[in-house]
Amino acid sequence: MFEGAVRKQLDEVLKKYPTKQAALLPALWMVQQNKGWIPDEAMSETAEVLDVTSAYVKGVVTFYTMYHQHPVGENFVQVCTTSPCNLCGAEDVVSALLEATGCAALGETSPDGKFTVIEVECLGACGFATPILVNDDFIEDVTPKKVPEIVGKYRDGKA
Amino acid sequence: MGYPHEPHSKETVVLSRYFGDKSARSYDGWVERGGYKALKKTLDMDPAAVIDVVKESGLRGRGGAGFPTGVKWSFMPKEKNKPHYLCCNADESEPGTFKDREIMRWTPHAMIEGCAIAQHAIQAEVTYIYIRGEFTEELAIVEQALREAYSDGVLGDDAMGSGKKLDMYIHRGAGAYICGEETALMNSIEGKRGNPRIKPPFPAAFGVFGMPTTINNVETLAVVPHIINEGAEWHNSMCLSNPKSVGTKLFSVCGHVVKPGNYEVTMGFSLGELINDLAGGMREGRTLKACIPGGSSVPILNKEETENCILDYEGCIEQGTMLGSGGVIVFDDSADMVYQIMLLARFYAHESCAQCTQCREGTAWTTRILERMLAGKGKTEDLDLLLDLADQMTGKTICVLSDSCAAPVVSGIKKFRDEFEAYINGSREPVLVHG
Amino acid sequence: MAEDQVTLKIEGVDVTVPRGTTVLEAAKRAGILIPHYCYHPGLPVSGVCRMCLVTVEGAPGLQIACATDATDGQVVSVFDSAASDARQAVLEFLLINHPLDCPICDQAGECELQDYVFQEGRARTRYSDYPKRFSPVEDFGGDVLYVPNRCILCTRCIRFMDHVAEESVLNVSERGDRAFIGIHPDAVLDHPWAGNVIDLCPVGSLISKDFLHKAYAWQLDRTPGICTGCSQGCNITIETRDNSIARLRPRTNEDVNRYFMCDHGRFEYRWMNSGDRIEAPLVAGANGLVATDWSQAIARCAEIVKGVSGKAVALVSPRASCESLYLVHQLLKDFELLSACPVEVVEGEQPLPGVPNLALRSERAPNVEGAARLGHGAEYDKALEAVKDAALVFVLDDGYSQFGDDALSGSENLIYLGTSLPDAARNSSVVFPMSNAAEEDGTYVNRDGRVQRYMQAKTAPGMARPAWWITGALLSEIRGTDAPATAGEVFDRMAASESAFAGLSYETLGTQGAFANKASGAGVGCDS
Repeated sequence: MFEGAVRKQLDEVLKKYPTKQAALLPALWMVQQNKGWIPDEAMSETAEVLDVTSAYVKGVVTFYTMYHQHPVGENFVQVCTTSPCNLCGAEDVVSALLEATGCAALGETSPDGKFTVIEVECLGACGFATPILVNDDFIEDVTPKKVPEIVGKYRDGKA
Repeated sequence: MGYPHEPHSKETVVLSRYFGDKSARSYDGWVERGGYKALKKTLDMDPAAVIDVVKESGLRGRGGAGFPTGVKWSFMPKEKNKPHYLCCNADESEPGTFKDREIMRWTPHAMIEGCAIAQHAIQAEVTYIYIRGEFTEELAIVEQALREAYSDGVLGDDAMGSGKKLDMYIHRGAGAYICGEETALMNSIEGKRGNPRIKPPFPAAFGVFGMPTTINNVETLAVVPHIINEGAEWHNSMCLSNPKSVGTKLFSVCGHVVKPGNYEVTMGFSLGELINDLAGGMREGRTLKACIPGGSSVPILNKEETENCILDYEGCIEQGTMLGSGGVIVFDDSADMVYQIMLLARFYAHESCAQCTQCREGTAWTTRILERMLAGKGKTEDLDLLLDLADQMTGKTICVLSDSCAAPVVSGIKKFRDEFEAYINGSREPVLVHG
Repeated sequence: MAEDQVTLKIEGVDVTVPRGTTVLEAAKRAGILIPHYCYHPGLPVSGVCRMCLVTVEGAPGLQIACATDATDGQVVSVFDSAASDARQAVLEFLLINHPLDCPICDQAGECELQDYVFQEGRARTRYSDYPKRFSPVEDFGGDVLYVPNRCILCTRCIRFMDHVAEESVLNVSERGDRAFIGIHPDAVLDHPWAGNVIDLCPVGSLISKDFLHKAYAWQLDRTPGICTGCSQGCNITIETRDNSIARLRPRTNEDVNRYFMCDHGRFEYRWMNSGDRIEAPLVAGANGLVATDWSQAIARCAEIVKGVSGKAVALVSPRASCESLYLVHQLLKDFELLSACPVEVVEGEQPLPGVPNLALRSERAPNVEGAARLGHGAEYDKALEAVKDAALVFVLDDGYSQFGDDALSGSENLIYLGTSLPDAARNSSVVFPMSNAAEEDGTYVNRDGRVQRYMQAKTAPGMARPAWWITGALLSEIRGTDAPATAGEVFDRMAASESAFAGLSYETLGTQGAFANKASGAGVGCDS
């Protein structure tokens, strides 16, 4: 995992901190960037390069909800459903997203493998309800009406 | 309401002056708008003198606690015999709050300049800017701004030709509300679970990597260059009500208003005016029911309290709530308060770090009671139970996450008891609660 | 008042403690136990269970006693209504998902959750409308099973592995009420000191496979002992049921093993339960060894000892008590004596990094140092070689069953004290059945020279007696001196005659031991 360009990237990150352990969050981001999720073996590899134990890494991975402990669809959709967004109709956005993506339920990947939709707690854009995060794209003011078009773009890889 | 848009005439735009102006984002654009003059000036000053200016300015932390910033800085050791750190808290995650993201999006150099000034004042070589993982756009913008700041000599081994070393790094969060708590934030930077630490020791003595550390909110830091440029007196005199609360404050208004968005007003502004004038008031045919003025962690206000509330630290306390982070959540008469409070409790249950017993178990139990109540299976004694749990979740844990869960429950039951009772006595139809 | 001391009042009791002591520790000194879970004196403070909340006059809200420094003039109340209510709430929270399976739980009877709930918990929970979460038992490896349903997430186990064993094999996984103690699938909890997490767990969440369903806590008798696994001399408690050792647990000794013992030592009890024992004195007859009574065996042995002179060989065990090792010398002092003690050496110590000077030592016996100080040499092979030319061979326990079948065959007059009878000893003139380390009182000297007492935890089988009693009786028979009645009596005689033990008394050794006179050694074997 941490070879070549990724190793170089990690070495750059390590310069920012006085301890190796501090590079754990960035290192896990690199893993997820490369593998799409964080498998157990990758935790062990990460542990080795940062001189911590695999159990330690697992404890950290399971703390932060943005690290995927399981493979997810090609497009990972996070919808905010915390109170302010709920007031503005986030539940309808969730339903629209499930329908448009073909995901049977929250957390499940669509049969075509293209989407996984999950609800998340506050995305910090309450004034632009409902915000969703598709992969690394932060999209504001999503309404059920806009959902099919957004989903379509990602399905076709045009986003 | 997104940017660009004209500021409302009742706003006092200091931080938000260039919101919506894309050309203010770049180093050159920022310098054209007077950027980095304050840093240049500061670097020639004695660190203690910088702290004095900030103390005199009356600036208080904008992240939620409202602690005087200059005083916080003065807790750092004067004699420097080990590394000092500054952490810029850009982990904006408090439901209802979305102001720091705008600072980062439009004026990243304001934040960087503020960090650099603070860094000089507390004699820190390094700033870690802790940006929540979900803020992908802000992350990219701040990254770009930092690259410019380095290449244009603002940061690095010889910051603005001062001979001083100023380094600034981004640390990206990964989905954990609690990392906005300062000691959890430090743990997260260290590559640990974001568990709040017991205090003492306090960060100024034993902070990130065990070194003296100061943690400030983005908004707090971004206003510092203005204070340096315009003077402590300029800042101290911006006050509409209580002289202990000065300057401008960004309020994020969301929920049931016509024009949700960020509004910058002078401390002491009226909450009613903010909602009704600046944020456009209620939607057609709707009336105000309730408001949470300081982010989801503070007690809920009813209509009357909302209309009487003065937006500063003391004014909020007078109404039995807190200014917090300035995240104003507005509920109109269509809002189901029981459901909303359940959602807030669920938020805290989801975000509890799992350390303290009361928080780990209490937030989840509270959520379950509210879910059961909404499902039509509430019991008369549930309200007393909720209040008792809330009491045991208040003031008894390492950090205030469980207190934050208790606040809306207690104030909600106190002020909207009839809504709870309607679910319990069956006069209100149960609602489907998915978990 | 010394400057480094503070005096505070806890529950109305004045107590003076060194500055820097926590309120929780100060309360212990005042005889008040402030209920707690996550706090343990051998681990860094975490302050997470929130059980030790107390009222400190003048402080805003309740404070956790484990992380609050005692200060001069402080007034603390533990059992006022605010603190009691807070603890009652913590207990109710902790029981939310607890299965209440005390009847089948190994921790029952020594469970701090059970104890505190009984002491100050609610009569019944208000968490009654929801199913309890169930998670299956997990094998963490080594001797440790994890029962997540009973876990209160105090994190003692994690902190032990992180900061004491310094091998972070355990973690807290997930967040909120979904959290549990986790382990990476690639990892096992097999650190040589990992078993301590079982003792540290205040509830029945981490349990021992070895002890699983063996006994309830209240069925066990507990006796202070010294671990026989190596020369470290860890203080232990021997827990017996029906005269059989059920488990060994560390006994606190800040100067030796703090609160811990290694897994090797933890399981070093099975030999002491062995049923393969000599149960009566035996004397050589026309058709081999014949059982007899004590007086005849002693008389026969005395006769043999008195009837020969010249070279004698003593083969002694490093598991033998100082008392018996001392008396062997007294017994054979008129001979030209070659005495030796075998030491099993296993390469590679297994240290517990978080505690200075604590390791599973290479010398795998408890009294190597005592034997050396009492003049029993290390040249065991040479002594074995000398057996065939010796007028008298005296064996004090076959500690390691290492005699070859004919190792002792050349000896004319073989006196054998042992727990079991190996083939090599079948040509003994007299065989004495002796008790093992769990069946007698005595002392051992650990590798640092600390003399430590151990006490009888179970009765010896049949007619077996402590080796000090046997050698004492022989000495009395031969010399006409008083036979010692207790191990303590032997010890005090030894202290009077052996400079290595000068100044010590059995009584004052207490349960924590004391250092033997290091400067000595010259006088070994001489009672002059």
